[in-house]
Amino acid sequence: MWGSRKLISSGSRFLGVRRSGCRVAQADCPRSTASAVYSENQLSWTLPIKPWIFSEYRIMWFKSCKMTFVCFNRMKSYRYPWTRLYSTSGTTVDSSEVKTFLALAHRWWDEQGVYAPLHSMNDLRVPFIRDNLLKTVANHQPGKPLSGMKILDVGCGGGLLTEPLGRLGASVIGIDPVAENIETAQRHKSFDPVLDKRIEYRACALEEIVEETAETFDAVIASEVVEHVTDLETFIQCCWQVLKPGASLFITTINKTQLSYALGIVFAEQIAGIVPKGTHTWEKFVSPEMLESILESNGLSVQTVAGMFYNPFSRYWHWSENTSLNYAAHAVKSGAQEHQVPAESVLKEETEELQATASTIAGVREEVKK
Amino acid sequence: MYDSPPFMQPPILPAQGGKNRFLIGLFSSHVLVPVLRWRLKLQVIGGLCSGSASSGGPSGAPSAAQLGTMAARLAVSRWVAARAAARRGPLVSCWRWSSAVADTVYDVVVSGGGLVGAAMACALGYDVHFCDKKILLLEVGPKKVLEKLPETYSNRVSSISPGSATLLSSFGAWDHICNMRYRAFRRMQVWDACSEALIVFDKDNLDDMGYIVENDVIMHALTKQLEAVSDRVTVLYRSKAVGYTWPYSFPMADSSPWVQITLGDGSTLQTKLLIGADGHNSGVRQAAGIQNVSWNYDQSAVVATLHLSEATENNVAWQRFLPSGPIALLPLSDTLSSLVWSTSHEHAAELVSMDEEKFVDAINSAFWSDVNHTDFIDSAGTMLHYAIAFLKPTKVSARQLPPSVARVDAKSRALFPLGLGHAAEYVRPRLALIGDAAHRVHPLAGQGVNMGFGDISSLVHHLSTAAFNGKDLGTDYGLCKQMNAPLLEIMWMTKEHPFPRPSYILKI
Repeated sequence: MWGSRKLISSGSRFLGVRRSGCRVAQADCPRSTASAVYSENQLSWTLPIKPWIFSEYRIMWFKSCKMTFVCFNRMKSYRYPWTRLYSTSGTTVDSSEVKTFLALAHRWWDEQGVYAPLHSMNDLRVPFIRDNLLKTVANHQPGKPLSGMKILDVGCGGGLLTEPLGRLGASVIGIDPVAENIETAQRHKSFDPVLDKRIEYRACALEEIVEETAETFDAVIASEVVEHVTDLETFIQCCWQVLKPGASLFITTINKTQLSYALGIVFAEQIAGIVPKGTHTWEKFVSPEMLESILESNGLSVQTVAGMFYNPFSRYWHWSENTSLNYAAHAVKSGAQEHQVPAESVLKEETEELQATASTIAGVREEVKK
Repeated sequence: MYDSPPFMQPPILPAQGGKNRFLIGLFSSHVLVPVLRWRLKLQVIGGLCSGSASSGGPSGAPSAAQLGTMAARLAVSRWVAARAAARRGPLVSCWRWSSAVADTVYDVVVSGGGLVGAAMACALGYDVHFCDKKILLLEVGPKKVLEKLPETYSNRVSSISPGSATLLSSFGAWDHICNMRYRAFRRMQVWDACSEALIVFDKDNLDDMGYIVENDVIMHALTKQLEAVSDRVTVLYRSKAVGYTWPYSFPMADSSPWVQITLGDGSTLQTKLLIGADGHNSGVRQAAGIQNVSWNYDQSAVVATLHLSEATENNVAWQRFLPSGPIALLPLSDTLSSLVWSTSHEHAAELVSMDEEKFVDAINSAFWSDVNHTDFIDSAGTMLHYAIAFLKPTKVSARQLPPSVARVDAKSRALFPLGLGHAAEYVRPRLALIGDAAHRVHPLAGQGVNMGFGDISSLVHHLSTAAFNGKDLGTDYGLCKQMNAPLLEIMWMTKEHPFPRPSYILKI
């Protein structure tokens, strides 16, 4: 039983099975009961029947995804209360968040305006991304340190982080579910002929481009995004799928602590107006421990977690030891040999291990006999 | 002269037909623009203009109506510009982005190719993080080619501090200077004509305190280095910028965020950052409307190349403060020195026109004669000195006399007026001022060009970091925050290269 479960989970992890299917297979997850109850209705098309028939299963999975999208649009009215946190809808985009950002779509590039803290955050996150990516390269071109790299900026907004990365030589694709943000970003980069060629913007969600861009990116950046998505697990899985083996995932987000409620929501939004009201919901903040566990369980090994701190008076960000407010994380997708092993050879390895242990036990027994 | 160029002056245009636009344009140019000359109001008009103009058509291909409008605008504004030529002050005009204008967008344009401008272009061209960037240097004059170093020394020399020498060597210009000619000096004696007051500077190990280099030599070294990096730095000689158009401080939908520069031949350029290095009458500074505190000293400086009566080690710089102004003798070689004598306009004119023997006598007596000493001052000074020596004994420094001058190089006498200038802001969004455009000083301390090189050093440091962080070079965040603290920068510079300490207590 345990063996088959492991097969199912490893096979499903490789294929990126829907979270509900995966959860059913793993008994250690505490949330499985709630989602299992709900997902039983959908289980008919996410059952992992034969995990080693890959091509067939992949087609089934894609079809099931599309059907679930359609299905969930119809089933919005039947939402159960506990699914607010763990929505099993196929999209990671929250429509209420879309509305919040729509209102401010034209204010991205006003550097003294509402998005000033994000402009200032570039002082931290661009060197963070650049230095970690340069570690993976033997020698780089001076002046264009990131040239030759393909980067995906998820939730790029107005392109605040996309443009500096483009200037450093990378070819960047920026995606955002709010079409107006993409328009603003497009317009802003159109004035610079160099950036125009290096950056491409698309108004879509991450799940929509997973199929066509599987394993093509050297880095995926989700900066100030994971506290706005509906389904973090799916999001991370999609990120995993579009990364090349050995590639990096960069996340910056806000911790879920009392301090982040007091400073991040009460002070920043309501009192000082540093962040527009309603931008953040404390319930959706992600603690570094939870993020690490999700990353590790999805095949991304966490390299760095570093705290960041914003001084609203000097309007500068600083690195800090303390991750209780904002933090940045860098994870690397495990290399080629570990996860692309087909399930049958995993089975073979296990039987070989069993045989090996059996032989050693036999050998020990012989020695004991002697 | 530096108003916005003719075809950049927009009248207010509603989004109606062409004829209406022309008439309303005419009306606004003649009535509204003169009335509403203040910069704040013009910004509003510019905003309206771009808003209405953009609603008139797609920002992509220019239609016939738009071209007609532009022609009408051109005709009207050329007429207006002739009358507006005397008008000064900041004119913010809107520039509607048209993709038909295929300008290269330069990353940095340095306006002014003098010592400081050329050094700035060189420093950026050799900076490792600017490998990918396009830099342009605009120079009004022709290219100065120095095939062979002339036998006679030029009469314009600069005292280069060790910090400036480090900057010049960072992009390889100092090696060219060493191969040509320069003179290191090790001591500096500055004393008074009316009393025994004296101060002497030298470095601990009698290291070189500074270098006297001819301006032509520095310029030639910079030109050679610019040629070597011509793939990154383009130099346009005989190009004068006649107008500048600044982008809005807030991002407007259809307007270009870059600075537009119009050259004398009508061509336009765009740049992300404009650096004004065009001297104390800076056109860039005037076009930007940056306030400049300035006044003229009632003094002119007389320069000449002098032959000493006998060859000496000549590694001391001499300066004496006369009642009319300081006179300085700077070493050029074992037998030659350069004179810089700041005095009143009348006396300067007299000195330049008098015959050589009288001129040489005037110089010698200026340095040697004690005619301005009075008994009262002498005795007062001696008493004060005894009183201080009683409390704290001090080393007595003997006053040394500079070498005597035998003759002056023919045709090397020249004079130029002196003044002070200081810009209220060195840095604005998409603009930076360096060198004399930002600060003009009296030559008595020999620090003018050194401060300019100090500007280059700190500006290149900040731009390099910004480029490595992928920042937009001209934006507020990248530049202004760090650069509007010139005092801090000077402190940073002096930390690296401390000024020499006076080795003797000031003798009163």
